[in-house]
Amino acid sequence: MDLVEFQGKQLFGRNGVPVPPAGSVCHTVDEIVAAAEQHLGDGHGAVVVKAQVKTGGRGKAGGVKLATTVEEAREHAESILGLDIKGHVVRVVYVEPASDIEEEYYLSVMHDRVGKGHLVICSREGGVDIEEVNRTNPEAVVKRTLTPHETTDGLAADTARKIVTQAGFPAEVVASAADLLVRLFAAYQAEDATLAEINPLIRRPDDAVIALDAKVSLDGNAAFRHDGYAEWDLEGLDADDPLEAEARAKGIQYVKLDGTVGVLGNGAGLVMATLDVVAQSGGRAANFLDVGGGASADAMAESLALVLKDPAVKSVFINIFGGITRGEEVAAGIIEATNRLGDFPQKLVVRLDGTNAEEGRQMLLAADLAQVVAAETMQEAASTAVALADQS
Amino acid sequence: MSIFIDENTKVVVQGIGSQGTFHAQRNQAYGTDVVAGVHPKKGGTTWEELGVPVFATVAEAVEATGANTSMVMVPAPFTKAAILEAQAAGIATIVTITEGVPVHDMTEVYDTVVRRGGVRLIGPNCPGLISPGKANVGIIPADITMPGKVGLVSRSGTLTYQIMHELAQAGIGISTCVGIGGDPVIGTQFLDVIKAFAEDPDTEAIAFVGEIGGSEEQLAGQWIRDHIPDTPVVGYIAGFEAPAGKQMGHAGAIVKEGGPGGESAAEKKELLESYGIAVAMNPSEAAQLMIKRLS
Repeated sequence: MDLVEFQGKQLFGRNGVPVPPAGSVCHTVDEIVAAAEQHLGDGHGAVVVKAQVKTGGRGKAGGVKLATTVEEAREHAESILGLDIKGHVVRVVYVEPASDIEEEYYLSVMHDRVGKGHLVICSREGGVDIEEVNRTNPEAVVKRTLTPHETTDGLAADTARKIVTQAGFPAEVVASAADLLVRLFAAYQAEDATLAEINPLIRRPDDAVIALDAKVSLDGNAAFRHDGYAEWDLEGLDADDPLEAEARAKGIQYVKLDGTVGVLGNGAGLVMATLDVVAQSGGRAANFLDVGGGASADAMAESLALVLKDPAVKSVFINIFGGITRGEEVAAGIIEATNRLGDFPQKLVVRLDGTNAEEGRQMLLAADLAQVVAAETMQEAASTAVALADQS
Repeated sequence: MSIFIDENTKVVVQGIGSQGTFHAQRNQAYGTDVVAGVHPKKGGTTWEELGVPVFATVAEAVEATGANTSMVMVPAPFTKAAILEAQAAGIATIVTITEGVPVHDMTEVYDTVVRRGGVRLIGPNCPGLISPGKANVGIIPADITMPGKVGLVSRSGTLTYQIMHELAQAGIGISTCVGIGGDPVIGTQFLDVIKAFAEDPDTEAIAFVGEIGGSEEQLAGQWIRDHIPDTPVVGYIAGFEAPAGKQMGHAGAIVKEGGPGGESAAEKKELLESYGIAVAMNPSEAAQLMIKRLS
C-alpha cells in the first residue's frame, strides 16, 4: 500500500524523522486559498502547493508550485486540482510552509528482494532522479544492504555515520543526517514499510536536515498488526478503480484491466496464464480475478457478480483447474452462481480441467444453462470467449 | 530418487486446525509418514483424524517421533515463530504453506533459518511439494500425477497442476514437483531446486514455471546454461499481459514501476531464450514442448 506525501510525512513525524512545519490537506480551491492565507499570515514567506498523487514526477508535470501571495496560491490551486499526472487525477492538495533550501540530498531505505535484507541508498545529489545519478555519477551514490541480523536493534549510529560520510555529506550536517537515517530506518522497521524514501532531503541555511518529500510503501500483509492501516484510507485520495476497491473490501483478488473478456480462475498463476491466452487469441482481458483454491459456490457467485459489474465485459472466461476441489463441486458452484445472478446477457465460457473434469462438464451440460458454453482446452475457451466478445 | 522429500520423510504438522487436518489426512492417505501434530495447548492428546500424537512443542515431537520435516499451516501472524521453532528443534526441511506472511518477518526468517541456519525452507505461500509414489507434503493434488523423470518447479499452484496433468495424460511422470511460492521472500529459490534436480539421478528433464516480478528465473537460467546445457529444460513465465505496477494476486508478482527492469514476462522469456532454454507462451505449450523433447 502506497502513501501520498503528506501521509508519509505524518508517518515520519511520529517516528521522529524531521519534516517541515505541518501543512494543510485540501480538496477545493477555497480550502487551498484559506490554507495559504493562514500559513502566509503565520509569518511564513511562501507556501508550496503540492499535488497528492501516488506517482513520481509531480514537479515536472506542474503539480508542485511555490506561492508567495494568496492570489498566486489561487492560480496554482486552479491549475493543479484536476490535473492528470500520468493517469492519476489530482483530487487532494497539500499546502505546506515553504522551506529554505541550502542543499539537496537523497536518502532511502527499502526492502531488498534480491539481497533479502534492507537496502539503504544515500547520495549527496538529491532532488533529481536517483537512477539517473546512479548512471551518470555512480560514485555519488552509496548503497548498502543490511541483513536483519545486523539490524535487530535498528541501524547502528556508527553504520549510519559511515554511510552519510561515504556519500560525501558536508561535515556540518553529518551528525544530524546520520541521526535522521537511524530514525528513518526505525520508522521503516516499526511501520512494516517496504519503502521509505526522502528525495530531496534538504539542508536548510541553519544547517538543519529535514525531509522535504516522503514516499512510503507499507506491506499489506502486515496490516493485522497496524490496525488494518485504516488510518491511511482517505476519500478522494488517488482512488483506485471502484471495482478494485469493492473487491478489496470483499477480500477478492481483482485487478481491473482494459479489455472486454472478463476472466475468473482459481490460482494467481493460472489466472495470469489465462490473460496471456486471451491475448494470444486476439482479445484483451477486462480483469484479473483469482477465486482462490476452493472455488465454492459462494466465492464463485460473488466473483462472477463483480466481473459482470464492469460494463466493458462482453463475455466471461471461467478457467478452473480442479485439484483437491473436484470437477463436480466446481460445476455445482458455477450452476448455483449463474442461477443466483439471474438474467445477464454475457456468455460464460467454462473450461474445466483436472480431477473429475469430465463429470463436471457433464453436469454443466445437463444443467442446460443458457449462458454457459463449455470448452475443452484453455486455447479453445479463449478463442470462443474472444469471438463472443467481438460479436456483442 | 527424488529431491527434498522421499520415503524417509517423517512429517510433523504445525497448525492442526481444519485446513491442517484436511491436508495432513490427504498426505497420510497418499502414504506420507505423518508422525505428529503440534499445538501449544493440546500436548499429550491424540490427533484423532490422523491417529498420531499431538505435542505441545516441535522439540518434543522430534524427540518422540524422529520427525525430520515440518509442514507449517499456522495463520500468518504466527508463522515466523513457528518456523523459528521448527529450526530450533532441529527440523531439516520446513514446508510453509501459509500465505500473507509480512515481508519483514520473512526477511528475518530467511536470514536466521536459511542463510545462517542452512535449513531447507520451502515457501511460504506455496502448495508444498510431492515426490510421486513416495511422499506428498502440502496441498498438491496427488492423483493428477505419477512417478517419472521430469522435475517440476514453480511459483504457482494451479498452473503447476495444469502442466503435471497434461504431462501425465501423455504418460510422463514427475520425479519431484516443488511449489516454491509466490512471495517476494521465499526460502528456496528456483536456482536451489534446479541445482538439486541436476544432482538427482532420477531427474532427466526440468520444467519450470515462473512469473512476473523479481529475477530468480534469470539466475536459474544462467546456471542452466553454464552447468547443465544438455538437460532438456522448458519453461513458461506467467503474466505477459500483466500491467506494470499492479500486483497480480501473489505478493511477489509485480513488475515494479521504475524498478530494476527485467521483471516482465517478455523480458524474462527473451533472456532465458538467449540462454538456450525453450520458453512457452502458455502452460499447455510448455507441456507440449516437454512431451516433444522426451519423445
